[in-house]
Amino acid sequence: MSNDREKQKTVRLRINSQVIDVPEGRTILEAAKEIGIYIPALCNHPMISQSGACRVCIVEVNGTPVTSCTTLVEKDMEVITNSPYIEDLRRDTIDLILSDHPYDCMVCQKTGECELQELAYSYNIRKPLFSGERRIYDKKDGNRFIERDMEKCILCGRCVKICDEVQGVGAIDFAYKGFGTKVCPPFERDLDCEFCGQCVMACPTGALVGRDWIGKGRYWKIREVDTTCSYCGVGCSITLHVKNNEIIRVSSRPDSVVNKGLLCVKGRFGYGFISSPDRLKQPLIRKDGRLKAASWEEALDFAADKLKKIKEAHGPDAITGLSSARCTTEENYLFQKFMRAAVGTNNVDHCARL
Amino acid sequence: MASLATIFGSGAMTNSIREIEGNEVIFIIGSNTKEAHPVIANAMIRAHRKGAKIIVADPRKLAMCRFAETWLRQRPGTDIALLNSISHVILKEGLHNAEFIEAQTRQFDDWKKSVEEFTPEAGEKLTGVPKEKIIQAARLYGGSRKAAIYYGMGITQHVNGTANVNAIANLALLTGNIGREFTGINALRGQNNVQGACDAGCLPNVFPGYQRVDIPEIQEKFEAAWGRSLSARPGIAASEIAQKALDGSVRAAYVMGENPVLGDANVSHTKKGFEALELLIVQDIFLTETGKFADVVFPSSCFAEKNGTFINTERRVQRVRKALAAPGMAREDSWVITELSRRMGYEMSCSSPEGIFEELGSLWSALEGISYTRIESRGVQWPCPTKNHPGTEHLYKGGFPRGRAAFTPAPFERSAGSTDAAYPFILNSGRNLFQYHFGSMTRRVPLLESHAGEAYIEMHPDDIARAGMQDCDRAKVSSAQGSVVLRVRSTDRVSPGTVFIPMHYAEAAVNMLTSDTSIDSFSKTPGFKITAVRVQPVREGE
Repeated sequence: MSNDREKQKTVRLRINSQVIDVPEGRTILEAAKEIGIYIPALCNHPMISQSGACRVCIVEVNGTPVTSCTTLVEKDMEVITNSPYIEDLRRDTIDLILSDHPYDCMVCQKTGECELQELAYSYNIRKPLFSGERRIYDKKDGNRFIERDMEKCILCGRCVKICDEVQGVGAIDFAYKGFGTKVCPPFERDLDCEFCGQCVMACPTGALVGRDWIGKGRYWKIREVDTTCSYCGVGCSITLHVKNNEIIRVSSRPDSVVNKGLLCVKGRFGYGFISSPDRLKQPLIRKDGRLKAASWEEALDFAADKLKKIKEAHGPDAITGLSSARCTTEENYLFQKFMRAAVGTNNVDHCARL
Repeated sequence: MASLATIFGSGAMTNSIREIEGNEVIFIIGSNTKEAHPVIANAMIRAHRKGAKIIVADPRKLAMCRFAETWLRQRPGTDIALLNSISHVILKEGLHNAEFIEAQTRQFDDWKKSVEEFTPEAGEKLTGVPKEKIIQAARLYGGSRKAAIYYGMGITQHVNGTANVNAIANLALLTGNIGREFTGINALRGQNNVQGACDAGCLPNVFPGYQRVDIPEIQEKFEAAWGRSLSARPGIAASEIAQKALDGSVRAAYVMGENPVLGDANVSHTKKGFEALELLIVQDIFLTETGKFADVVFPSSCFAEKNGTFINTERRVQRVRKALAAPGMAREDSWVITELSRRMGYEMSCSSPEGIFEELGSLWSALEGISYTRIESRGVQWPCPTKNHPGTEHLYKGGFPRGRAAFTPAPFERSAGSTDAAYPFILNSGRNLFQYHFGSMTRRVPLLESHAGEAYIEMHPDDIARAGMQDCDRAKVSSAQGSVVLRVRSTDRVSPGTVFIPMHYAEAAVNMLTSDTSIDSFSKTPGFKITAVRVQPVREGE
């Protein structure tokens, strides 16, 4: 590995008067990021191929504006990311994007986490300079998982690419052309896909959000708890968004070790069981053939007494324990310790084979 | 798992999820990766885009077939014939790794004889896979030294599941595709913490860390640690409980977070068994089908309501953190166990989850170097014997812990549950993307339930037409064990003569149909994947 790296050719260039050596094949955007120079970009995303769609990442190369996400570094390049000329161009580009945007940040679910809003804030664009036609879409997508508000779509293409390149599904693509260009499923049917929500994660604006998240709370009013998904054995890192003792959303951090921020439909949208009204809330004991509410004291005494009697009459091997692959390692350890040391049997198993 | 442990000395995924992207060849057999382990499928797709070749071997046309260089559609229950044929071709074409075989394995010559009869022609006859495809798969897998195998329950949940795993292990040994980065035999474990439950000793024959209960020195070690004399007699497997309850040798069961009434093969038999118990204690977050038979029910907390760890399919110990208070009087499982234990006269020190984890680490060196502080932001993969050990991405670097690994002949026998005139279809079972296991969690997620809330049977359009039915009709599916009614889904994912029912739906529980008598004699795993059934239309009003 290290040999490969050493062999890789580097090129020397200058970015904002800093001289750096960068491996061949890198983009200007990547090179700048490495030395801590931030270039805003709305279509660029580390998990997908470059497209150069949004034009926000423009920089000056030897005096000419180019998109830094699609331009590879070259020897002796002079790159300027923040000249007044470039900043003006960039401001106009953002302004143009905003001129066809609903401007409803006060009710938008994405407020505070929106990359477009963040750019409007940094460039102090209170009201767009340009005015013109706006895309108005009456038809709403009827799927249950993802709210698709295409009026907020800036056509960056992140969702299209992540669905195709990362998820391998290709449920959506660009349809129509020119001003009428729209991201949608074939024939503008309702979205019917794996509902992994990778597109929601990648969307820079409020065009794609989890339908169940809407109105449940602003991100700065929630508590985030990092934990591990409780579904399959992959062990994706997830972040629970908690408000008033309720989970209102699940996300995953892009630097998570196993899944790099990717999730599946169950991990991202399958948290509703936690607050299900069916949850058991008190111990139950069977009396006269029916399960009836009891105190912990009663239930534990009842179970322990009966276990002791059965152990005395029939020996410890007449008792068996079934533990769970859903429980924690620590609980499983305690469970088998209970069966082996307290009951005195090796009759302990779980659902590994099922 | 039992088989892998016998051959190599450990039963877990040998390599890591990170390494998938470095695979040149990915051989998926008996795993519906895109639906059952979606984020591992993402890594495979990334590898595919970088040029990795994917081989899928499965009777069903799974989503991963879209990315496959070749798809081998073996007849259900013929995995051994297929794997042996691939081994045969690798040998014949000299693609095997003689150096590795010489240095790290034994019983090669004996085993070699056992695959002599599995020519590609014989393989085609036994499995239905064209011989060209068998040869192609052999050249792909055998031709790469960065090839990895990924398998799931499609391999283990067979009467001959242990032999299936042996046949897979032989392939890896033959090519030396184990013990290095970007290779390995990777069992994709189905549940969040099935690895942790095994590691923690919730198995009838071993203490924590796979240390056998019937070895005196080990027994003494645990007796010293726990301050009690311990039994040296291996216990009974989960799949044996119902029968033992019916014959009176088991009188009481304590079930924590498990739903055996739906989970075990042959539901009606299991139900009778659990009804026969004198005492059934169920500890769960919902009143499951098993809970309904209970004499006492303890309400417990779900993963978001407690602290602890899960160990994933690549042996990575990761933190679980409490985010919510449990509802009502529900308590953490550890509290319930400790309280019950105290009443049984065995006082467990009621320490924190962290303390419990450290106790486990003190009894099993693979976890000894891991502490909650170390896994605060990212998990560590066992074995990790010391505080400075970085953890282990892939196992068996430089050799196997028990010395040379043995080639184990995997004899091919026709699977039980063959079809006949009364039950002409082979039923397969498994997961779909939107539900999980027996559904106690996902069936209570309104969002998922609204999208995938109805039980169905996948059936080939030709078979549907032959039965005089149409897509979406209701059908009665019967086996020698029982019957269920569900909706027909027309699809060429299944081949003619085979059908598939997802396991998630209690109202049409697939285990009403599966048999509890066809069990792998070594691992005690039921043969869930093959049951002979018949499918009949249900007319309106029936």
